[in-house]
Amino acid sequence: MLDLFYAPFAEFEFMQRALVGVIAIALGGGPVGVFLMLRRMSLTGDAMAHAILPGAAVGYLLAGLSLPAMTIGGLFAGVIVAVAAGLVSRFTALKEDASLAAFYLLSLALGVTIVSLRGSNVDLLHVLFGTVLALDDSTLLLLACISTATVLALAVLYRPLVLECVDPIFLRSVSRAGTPTHLIFLGLVVMNLVGGFHALGTLLAVGMMMLPAAASRFWTSDITMMMIVSIAVGIVSGLSGLLLSFHAELPAGPAIILSAGAIYVMSLVLGREGGLLWLAWPGRHLEA
Amino acid sequence: MALASTVIRFDEVTLGYGRRPAVHHLDGEIPAGSLMAVVGPNGAGKSTLLKGIVGTLKPLDGQIRLKGPASGIAYLPQAAEIDRSFPLSVYDLVAMGLWSRSGLFGGIARRDHTRIEEALAAVGLIGFERRPISTLSGGQMQRALFARLLLQDAPVILLDEPFTAIDAKTTADLLDLVRRWHDEARTVVAVLHDLDMVRRTFPQTLLIAREPVAWGETGEVLSPENLLKARRMVEAYDPHADVCHRSAA
Repeated sequence: MLDLFYAPFAEFEFMQRALVGVIAIALGGGPVGVFLMLRRMSLTGDAMAHAILPGAAVGYLLAGLSLPAMTIGGLFAGVIVAVAAGLVSRFTALKEDASLAAFYLLSLALGVTIVSLRGSNVDLLHVLFGTVLALDDSTLLLLACISTATVLALAVLYRPLVLECVDPIFLRSVSRAGTPTHLIFLGLVVMNLVGGFHALGTLLAVGMMMLPAAASRFWTSDITMMMIVSIAVGIVSGLSGLLLSFHAELPAGPAIILSAGAIYVMSLVLGREGGLLWLAWPGRHLEA
Repeated sequence: MALASTVIRFDEVTLGYGRRPAVHHLDGEIPAGSLMAVVGPNGAGKSTLLKGIVGTLKPLDGQIRLKGPASGIAYLPQAAEIDRSFPLSVYDLVAMGLWSRSGLFGGIARRDHTRIEEALAAVGLIGFERRPISTLSGGQMQRALFARLLLQDAPVILLDEPFTAIDAKTTADLLDLVRRWHDEARTVVAVLHDLDMVRRTFPQTLLIAREPVAWGETGEVLSPENLLKARRMVEAYDPHADVCHRSAA
């Protein structure tokens, strides 16, 4: 029985690499997802994931399936869309969701056009759904660097990030940190999506951010605990998704995201903080 | 002009949104240690004025001069501006008041914990420390925000409608804090609608109705003639308004 869990990773190096990759993605993406959720920007992550496509596609067009070219391209496109949308929403009447939607749709259409200029459908599938079972050394190193940088940056930005969520006017009255914090945070979102995109593709990368974060909200109301739970959910999803993919011969990326989805649904039903069961049977009222 | 005893000076200040003025040509000064009410009808520009002082809104014209840094101002915006659903404890909300000392990284020392406890005690919120802010009533939330103001320990305190939808007991308790700040020679400017409270507690008043109507001793400012003048304020913008040529300082 234990062999079912252990053997695939003991026997196959590609499974070990995939596991290390998804753990790195969970470490960075989990906390970022929590802040996206708390800042009511859950769909922003999805929009950003689409926005990185044309950059990665240009990198692919110029250099084929090259890690640095596609990473730099993706980062570049993501940052341009994030900053442009952020600036438009801060300085014009358009809100951030609308300006982001405008930019990412433009970006997505451009990306698919560029990929189809050169590639076959197989290439498009690779970009859209990633290759978690074929992570090489340099990709793993990139994922590790991204998650390390993310955790460190969040530690530095923690206070202004929380303050900007709860009481942005207070933050503006005591500090000028608001706008730079917001932009750096968007940069972290882009970075994690670009990392996730190598393993899971542009469409599913955001799943490792938002599903663990949304699940964590049903277990705790403390932000630090939420980040820890989110990371744990990400790691468990990665592990179970890889095993599911190995034993049931399912595609690995979708299996990981489906596992995260299953944990989310379970949390939605059982979670102690507003889960459906607790809402349906809250128990007798207290004395005070 | 010397700023020796002035903490905030307005030089022909016009504040507004787009090119439309909300506070038109305000000229005057707030002496240090003032306890001043800002009154006027809805849409008169009271909140806009506070935003101008705290620096979140730049004047369209004229200048607002502060004695000392803008960080010396503690500002309580209207209650609706805060995301109450955010998972944050009362203790952490109040601890934000230490920002000017702790900044991005500074730890909260044992002395600071004592100060947070003292602030919570001063507003009657002992026992609420671990409560999420989403579970507070309107009055309890306002008490927590006053505790945060206490910790900010600022020489100038701006309050935007601090007693709206707050019960009599809480209002009386918080008003005691306002008097205490005044006794400590801090400058307090509060946007208020309750004219009886203004007459009882605030020696100075600025009555505005998109432009200053009267400013000075509360008894004189709140005369029936001035109040009538303020009430006649035209709230709607003139869509064909010309460019204003009144000289700025």
